[in-house]
Amino acid sequence: MNLKGIKVTTHDMSLRDGMHPKRHQITIEQMKSIAKGLDEAGVPLIEVTHGDGLGGASVNYGFPAASDEEYLRAVIPLLKKAKVSALLLPGIGTVDHLRMAKDCGVTTIRVATHCTEADVSEQHIALGRKLGMDTVGFLMMAHMIEPEALVKQALLMESYGANCLYVTDSAGYMLPDDVSARIKMFRDKLKPETEIGFHGHHNLSMGVANSLAAVEAGARRIDCACGGMGAGAGNTPMEVFVAVCNRMGVETGVDVFKVSDVAEDLVTPIMDFPVRIDRNSLTLGYAGVYSSFLLFARRAEAKYGISAREILLELGRKKMVGGQEDMIEDTALTMARERGLLGKKAVA
Amino acid sequence: MKKIKCAIVGSGNIGTDLMYKLQRSPLLEPVWMVGIDPQSEGLALARKHGLKTTDKGVDGLVPHVKADGVKIAFDATSAYVHKENSDKLTKLGVVMIDLTPAAIGPYCVPPVNLKQHAGKKEMNVNMVSCGGQATIPMVYAVSRVQPVKYGEIVATVASKSVGPGTRKNIDEFTRTTAAGVEKVGGAKVGKAIIVINPADPPLIMRDTIHCLTEDTPKQEEITKSVHEMIKEVQKYVPGYKLVNGPVFDGNRVTVFMEVAGLGDYLPKYAGNLDIMTASATRTAELFAEEMHA
Repeated sequence: MNLKGIKVTTHDMSLRDGMHPKRHQITIEQMKSIAKGLDEAGVPLIEVTHGDGLGGASVNYGFPAASDEEYLRAVIPLLKKAKVSALLLPGIGTVDHLRMAKDCGVTTIRVATHCTEADVSEQHIALGRKLGMDTVGFLMMAHMIEPEALVKQALLMESYGANCLYVTDSAGYMLPDDVSARIKMFRDKLKPETEIGFHGHHNLSMGVANSLAAVEAGARRIDCACGGMGAGAGNTPMEVFVAVCNRMGVETGVDVFKVSDVAEDLVTPIMDFPVRIDRNSLTLGYAGVYSSFLLFARRAEAKYGISAREILLELGRKKMVGGQEDMIEDTALTMARERGLLGKKAVA
Repeated sequence: MKKIKCAIVGSGNIGTDLMYKLQRSPLLEPVWMVGIDPQSEGLALARKHGLKTTDKGVDGLVPHVKADGVKIAFDATSAYVHKENSDKLTKLGVVMIDLTPAAIGPYCVPPVNLKQHAGKKEMNVNMVSCGGQATIPMVYAVSRVQPVKYGEIVATVASKSVGPGTRKNIDEFTRTTAAGVEKVGGAKVGKAIIVINPADPPLIMRDTIHCLTEDTPKQEEITKSVHEMIKEVQKYVPGYKLVNGPVFDGNRVTVFMEVAGLGDYLPKYAGNLDIMTASATRTAELFAEEMHA
């Protein structure tokens, strides 16, 4: 694979996707120190919001340690070069959140939908563009449909005004050929000036390999998480991706030692548990299940006595999509009842 | 008793499903369906069922309102055009039942507050949203037992049951539903989330209701209240069913519901259509009774 001389924008996820393994409890001080470290290491773009995007604060996804606005207003003024992005899932967040983010100084808005439902993003993408923001369409669980169907959704988002389109492997299910096929299709059908990005999860240890496949096929924006801190087994580890890029002559502008110091000294110490491939995060990647379901399945296992793996497999079988965290407790309850594990108390 | 004549504005999923509900009503008679697309499947079905149709929007209906005796109109278009539609028709004395999330009139969730709308001669009432109709009765079932400081609902609907109007209106859906959770459901703060799932075969509408109570939840009373409320809703939406719960976890009370439709226009998975159109029909029937009185 010859990628020499290609310039890639790395986009850090540790303060957004990394909110999932932290149950959205990263403190403002932790956000500030990590963001500052990433800025000094040369990371050009850093995402900051609730794990489920703007407006994600809820019973369903978890209440965060601080509001989106508090995080954004604390982090953005500290950064010398890096810009800050925010994620927005229509159905959870609204254009009011988008306006607030813009007001805080967010320059990139990423509007995320399930891979088949791009047409719910029209009002948000159109507004992002109207406000002069770098506006990204983020097609989640992109493994669930074929490249031909996926690009149709990308074209819709492009028609609403998105200047960058993402293939998002929310389940960490894809293998390099799956990534290549989708990115190539995007490069072929989208406007030449439209940028293409890839967001990976490391559930099958394919984060770096998939990201390289994406670059080879035409992606120029790659999501990584410093220290790998993200949902499931985490995202593509930033420091590893940057090191590999250096070896291959891909230009990221990120200092490999500085960013690995941030990973080691600032990110890893705040983890509640090692974000790595274990039997449950492996199941996410193996069965194609939304990575953020991991902790909910573990909690349901502890409460209802059904293994997280079985719950995750059942959610995959039922084709649950991102945002359906409520169905995890529901599924566990139904499975527990069918197995006679429920006392009278839990069920009416 | 002579039936009250109604017009359906909007020939999409909701308008077409509503037609079937109205044709079964002992009090209401749908006589017009209004669309904007001559090729609309809904308009073709309406003609087949003996309704007059126009593809010229509400302006196509206005000249016929008096002659055809239209007294109630249902707006199943979109939040963006509702006010204009409503102004044109209420001016002619037509009572407007708003099925869009525009919410310019007071909210109506029949098992909770239908009676409060009686005798007020309101010219415009709003049906909140499908998610609101499916969940607000449950929020109320908790809040009538004890104060709810926060109510949150998650409505998951099949992709095939969500038409273009709703897709363009998704923010209005979350805002209007959250406001309904507060104003009608009785939660101090409300939040609404909608998830669209494209699974095939399509999934039946699911609704999860989370309430955080001020004090420790009174488990027995809440459970009883929830079951009673489900029976109320089942009177007009038989497929309204408890799947799990109420679950009590600290101050959290969670109810997991499923809403199957009657399969009038879209198949049974589209309970979101049914609960909306059945609620609107029930509301219109109350007004029809008042018009006769």
